[in-house]
Amino acid sequence: MPRAFLITFGLLATLCCAGADWPQFRGADSSGVANDRQVPTTIGDRIAWSAELPGRGLSGPIVVGERLFLTASSGYQQDRLHLLCFNVQTGKKLWEREFWATGRTLCHPKMCNATPTSASDGKRFFAFFSSNDVICVDLDGNLQWMRGMTYDYPNASNSIGMASSLAIAGDTLIVPVENMSESFTAGLDPATGVNRWKLDRPLIDNWTSPAVLRGKTPDDDLVILQSAKGISAIKPYTGFEAWHFDEPANVQPSATSAGGILYVPSKGLTALEPGANGAAPRVVWQANRISPATPSPIVDDGKVYAINGSGVLICADAKSAQVLWQLRLQVQSGEKPSRSVFSSTPVAAGGHLYVFNEDGVAMVVKTGATGEIVSSHEFGETILCTPAIANGALYVRSDQHLWKIGK
Amino acid sequence: MSRRILCVNVLAAVVLTTGLDSFGADVSGAIKTIRAVDNEGKGNKEALTAWRELSQAEVADLPKILAGFDGANPLAMNYLRSAVETIVDRSTAAGGKLPATELEKFLFDTKHDPKARRLTFELLAKVDPQAPDRIIPKMINDPSVELRRDAVARLIEAGKKLLAAEKPTDEQSQAARQVFAQALDGARDDDQVQEIKKQLEGLGQSVDLPSHFGFLLGWKLVAPFDNTDKKGLNIAYPPEKQLDLKATYQGKEDKEIQWVEHTTTDEYGIVDLAKVLSPFKGAVAYAVTEFQSPTELPVEFRLGTPNSWKVWLNGDLLFGREEYHRGMTIDQYRMKGTLKAGKNTILIKVCQNEQTEEWAQRWAFQLRVCDATGTAILSADRTKKTAKPGQSTGSD
Repeated sequence: MPRAFLITFGLLATLCCAGADWPQFRGADSSGVANDRQVPTTIGDRIAWSAELPGRGLSGPIVVGERLFLTASSGYQQDRLHLLCFNVQTGKKLWEREFWATGRTLCHPKMCNATPTSASDGKRFFAFFSSNDVICVDLDGNLQWMRGMTYDYPNASNSIGMASSLAIAGDTLIVPVENMSESFTAGLDPATGVNRWKLDRPLIDNWTSPAVLRGKTPDDDLVILQSAKGISAIKPYTGFEAWHFDEPANVQPSATSAGGILYVPSKGLTALEPGANGAAPRVVWQANRISPATPSPIVDDGKVYAINGSGVLICADAKSAQVLWQLRLQVQSGEKPSRSVFSSTPVAAGGHLYVFNEDGVAMVVKTGATGEIVSSHEFGETILCTPAIANGALYVRSDQHLWKIGK
Repeated sequence: MSRRILCVNVLAAVVLTTGLDSFGADVSGAIKTIRAVDNEGKGNKEALTAWRELSQAEVADLPKILAGFDGANPLAMNYLRSAVETIVDRSTAAGGKLPATELEKFLFDTKHDPKARRLTFELLAKVDPQAPDRIIPKMINDPSVELRRDAVARLIEAGKKLLAAEKPTDEQSQAARQVFAQALDGARDDDQVQEIKKQLEGLGQSVDLPSHFGFLLGWKLVAPFDNTDKKGLNIAYPPEKQLDLKATYQGKEDKEIQWVEHTTTDEYGIVDLAKVLSPFKGAVAYAVTEFQSPTELPVEFRLGTPNSWKVWLNGDLLFGREEYHRGMTIDQYRMKGTLKAGKNTILIKVCQNEQTEEWAQRWAFQLRVCDATGTAILSADRTKKTAKPGQSTGSD
C-alpha cells in the first residue's frame, strides 16, 4: 500500500474519529452531533470516572481540549454560583470559583439556578445562570468580567426560572434573556462583557436556546432566535435581523440545523431553507407528526429525530419528513418500565443516539433502517442536562455527580 | 545617608503615597477601581487590570480586601470575592497559612458586610475544623442570613435530640420548648420556621406566623377595574391618582365599586382576591393599608403574587412587574423603601388576566415589611392576629 495513501487514510481516520471540542449547548454548531466514532455504545461498564458536584444543575458540561467546564448552584436561595473545571482524563477538579447571584433565583422545583449551559470561545469560559448572571473567567479560573443582566435590567426575570443557554457566534457572546416582563437578547463583547447590541424581544416566556447557523465564513454565521412570535435570524456581531419567519414556534425545544436547513419546533417540526441576502426563508416542509416535547430535535445522517410528549422517539427523513420508524424509549427499570419523561436533549455519535430520561436512565439507541435500544444504564439520579461528547467520550451530570463514559 | 538607608526611605515613601501593600500590590487602589464596576459593563476593562493586581496580593491583605466589600455593589463584591479565593488558593497550594486571628476578628465585627463575614467564616472553617463549633452557636441573631441559618439548624437538631426519647420527660420537653423558641427567634427562612413551628405546636405552643414574618393583614380593597387584553397595568385608575377611601368608582363594565375592608386570617398573610371579591377575569384590584412607623426607617417590602402588580409607598412607585401565573411564593419580589415617621400608606395594584386554564385562576397577594435579613418590622399600631392552624391557602 502506498505510503501516501496510508498517511492520507490515517489523517482522515483521525479527523473522523477524534472528537472536537464541545464548547456550548449541543456542541459548536448547535447540532448535538459529534463526528466521533469512539464513544462507547454501552455505559455501565464504560464509566471512566465520576466526580462529586457542590450543587445542583441542569446545565450541560462543555469541553475545551483537556478541560471540562460546568456550573452548579447551591444554597437555600440557590444564590451560590459555582464555576468548575475538571481534567477530562482523570476527573480531577482543577479549580472551582464561587460567586453570588445578583438577580432573582426563584425557579420551578425541577429547575435550579444552574440551568442554562455555559459556553467557551477556546480562551474563556462564560457561565450563565437563571438569575441572569453572566460570568467570564479564563481557562484557569481567573475572573475576566461579570454582568448581572437583572442587575442592569431589573424586570428581566422569570418567577419559574430561566433556562436558555449561551451561544458564541461572530466573535460575540449571545445572551438570551427572554421573559414576560423585560425581554431581550444581547450580544456581548467576549473580552469585556460590554453590550455590542441589545435587541428587544417578544414579552413572552421563552426557554429555548439560540442556534447557530454556520455560514461560509464566521462573518456569515447567523444566530437563530425562536419564540412564540416566530423565528429571527440575527447577524451576531451587529444584532441586525437578516430575516424573520412569522409562524409561532415552541418555547421549550430549540431549533437545530443540518446541511444548511433549519429545523424549527413549530407546527410540529418545520424545515426552513434560509433565503440569500435577507430573503425570507422557504418552507421545505411542515410535519405535525414530528412533534418534539421538551428535548430539542436532532438531525444526523439525513434523518431527523424528535422525542414526543409520550416518550416516543420519532425518526423521519430529513428531506421529506416521511416518518421512517418510531421507538418507545422505555426499558425495564427494576420491576417497572422506565418513565417516559425526558428533558435532556439527545446527542448523537457513530450512528447512535444517547438519551437520558429524567430518572437518570440512559438508553443508547442504534439508528438505521430501524431504531433499537442496544444498551441502557441506570444512574439512579435525576438527569435533565444535555450531555457533551468530546475525545471519544460522553459526559453527563446530575445534581450530585459528573460522569465520563469512555476511555 | 548611606545608599541603603536612602533606598529604604524611598521605598517607605512610595508605600505611603501609593498605598502599596505586601509584594507591591496596590490593594487599596485595586479595590477602589473594582468598586467602580456597575451597570452594563461600566468599569469592566479597568476592573480586569485591577483584579489581576489584587489577586497577586498576599493573605495578610485579606482583611483589607474583605473590608472592601462594605458598601460595594453586588458586582464589585463578586470581583472581590473571586480575588480572595484566588489569593487563598495560591497560598494554600504553596503551604501558606491564613491570618486566622485577624480573620476571626473581622468575622465577629458585625459592622462589616454580611457576605464578606460569611466568606471569612468559610475560609476559617476550611483550615480549622473546630471553627464551626466555636463560631456558629454565637450567630443566632447575626446580620448574615447564612450564618444565622447555620445557628438555627444547630438549635433545631438540639431540640430534636432532647425529644429523641420514646417518652420525653417534662424537663426534656420544657428544655426542648426553650431551644425551639430560641431557634424561632433566629429563624428567617421559611423551611426552618415551618420545622420549628411543627415542633413547638407538638409541644403545645402556638406560633404567630404573621407576626413572625411581618405580613400585613388588614386591607381595604376595590375592584374590578378593566384589564382586558392585559392593558390595565399601565392605566392609572383613580386610586393611583388620588386615594379616597370613601369614593365610589365606575369600574369595569360600568359597575359601581367601592372600597371594602378585609382582614386576612391566612398564616402567610395571603389576600385571596378571587374569594374575597369575586373571580373576576381581565380585572384590576387595588389594596391599600396603613403602616405606623415610630421613626424614619429603611425597610424591605417583600411581595408574593401570581399576577401583574405595582406597589406604591406614600404615593411613590416602588416597582411594578408584568407577569402572570408563574407561581406565588413568600418573598417572591423584594423592594427597598424608606418608611417616614408616623403614618405610611402602602398601595398595591394586582392585575388578573383572562386566561381560562384551571392553573391560571389565582388572583392573590401577600406582603410583608422587614429588614434586610427578613426580620419582621411591625406597624406600631399592630394588634396580634394569629391565624388558626391550617388556614394557609398555600401557593400556586
